[in-house]
Amino acid sequence: MRNEAIFVYSEKQLAYKFNEEHPFNHLRLHLTYDLLNKMHALSDSSVVIPRIATDEEISFIHDSAYIDAVKAAGEGELEEDIARNYGLGTEDTPIFPKMHEAAALLVGGTLTAVDMVMSGKSKHALNLGGGLHHGFRGKASGFCIYNDSSIAIEYMRKKYGARVLYVDTDAHHGDGVQWSFYDEPDVCTFSIHETGRYLFPGTGDVHEKGAGKGYGFSINVPVDAFTEDESFLECYETTFRELADFFKPDVIFTQNGADAHYYDPLSHLSVTTETYKQIPKVAHQIAHEYCDGKWIAVGGGGYDMWRAVPRAWAMIWLEMTGQTHHVSEPIPTAWLNKWKQKSPVPLPAAWHDSSEMYPPIPRKGEIKEKNRRTVEKALYHIRSERQ
Amino acid sequence: MLVEDIMIKSPITISKHHTIKEAMELLHENKIRHIPVIDDNNTLIGIVSDRDIRDASPSIFHLNDNQESLLHSVEKIMKYPVITVHPLDFIEEAAVSYYENNISALPVVTEDDQLKGLLTETDVLHVLVQLTGAHEPSSRIEVKVPNVSGQLANIATIFKEENVNVTSLLVYPGAEPEWNNLTFRVQTMDPRDIIKHIQANGYEVQGPRLPGMDI
Repeated sequence: MRNEAIFVYSEKQLAYKFNEEHPFNHLRLHLTYDLLNKMHALSDSSVVIPRIATDEEISFIHDSAYIDAVKAAGEGELEEDIARNYGLGTEDTPIFPKMHEAAALLVGGTLTAVDMVMSGKSKHALNLGGGLHHGFRGKASGFCIYNDSSIAIEYMRKKYGARVLYVDTDAHHGDGVQWSFYDEPDVCTFSIHETGRYLFPGTGDVHEKGAGKGYGFSINVPVDAFTEDESFLECYETTFRELADFFKPDVIFTQNGADAHYYDPLSHLSVTTETYKQIPKVAHQIAHEYCDGKWIAVGGGGYDMWRAVPRAWAMIWLEMTGQTHHVSEPIPTAWLNKWKQKSPVPLPAAWHDSSEMYPPIPRKGEIKEKNRRTVEKALYHIRSERQ
Repeated sequence: MLVEDIMIKSPITISKHHTIKEAMELLHENKIRHIPVIDDNNTLIGIVSDRDIRDASPSIFHLNDNQESLLHSVEKIMKYPVITVHPLDFIEEAAVSYYENNISALPVVTEDDQLKGLLTETDVLHVLVQLTGAHEPSSRIEVKVPNVSGQLANIATIFKEENVNVTSLLVYPGAEPEWNNLTFRVQTMDPRDIIKHIQANGYEVQGPRLPGMDI
């Protein structure tokens, strides 16, 4: 029988940890897992243990010299100046013991999710430990060592011959994945993110559309700082639906960074949990409309670890498994009691954010109008082809 | 950076005896807008642009009329003397030349007008993109500083202490002459500590801010 959805998780995924102060903390995975458990929304039979990716699989995307450097770094055997050339040992991607094994496990988790879906064992699969979309061929960047998403997409192409639609709702541009497939017409990447005027990595302009045969298959919708739910969701859903209709994918792969939330300390967007309820809902519908349900979802950024991320990520699972009715209930007391001592901020008691979470945004109408024009530019070549 | 570092080293060229039609085909085939005209000794004697050819072509409303005008030689429409640059000129000198002469391509020649290359506006704009650091993953930090000496050194020290690599630096004159805007692109996804550090030194850091908001 085909499962509705599987949840890839193991506490070993928490070994991807740079240091105590680093903003990228995979305790987020455990907080989400625990939240779903406490509300009885995640059965043990749905949880699948991640495998570790082989060197061969990692080398679908990464240079072997880089993989060797990551291994050496994790053993404390990489010289500092050589490490720098690979983006390792920086403030963003500090070296930590066994970093290769930790990063390869996150890649393996995404491949586990892919295999469950592509072999027909499950309609949907979620690996919140993945979504490290900044990793480059030969360089670590933006907290990402290996780019599990690029590797998984290449794996699906090689092993299953699949046409993949990649959808990235992280607040930062999905640059690593975009550049991996920039000249590839069988992979369509769509990233909606805060404009790179101030925010890392600075790329993801609406005019970046792919190169050569891949022209038109990289779609970027950079939205303005302070964009709110209504405008964000309008841009996301319009673009996603038109792209699916144009590209006719075999499978949907979504990267679910949760750092566009108002609470997030690194970005400047103003979306609430309403956006995180709708993002997986639209992906779910499109996966059924175009891909016989085949949908793989991974995590990504998200630096408000206690308030924004667990709720946003739990909602993906609730959507996948048809349990969204839970979001009208309060957050389970058992979860709040377990974590409130450890959290530096008061934990939210409800799934929905209050409309008074932030002061009204001036120029709201202008931002919405500007974002709408950005979508028009992003979809221009697709819309003009239809006429 | 020098002109010879970024110029096109083997540009498409034409001789003055070729027809305008042939020049037009070269433009279309190679998706270019300028062709240097040279003699048998590779000496630059003129330049033909897509505008020169358009002027010599029939109107789109009379495409089949006056076809014979395209059979004239390139010599009839080429522009000369040509505004040129030297391979060892700086990019910024070439940029000034574009601006002052309202042109968008410069043949690169040595003293005896030997053609060495072609420098287009697109090549120069690409350098500008690199100067702004927009080609490498980075965050942008804008600092407002008084227009007096030592400010850059103060900020640079902070980047050194925070152990962050700077990929580009631009100095924009402020709206008021007593202020400048230093704009850095730095290789980090998390610039919060750096921004705090700069602010603690009494500087104003500009971000995506709206009036009336406290973030």
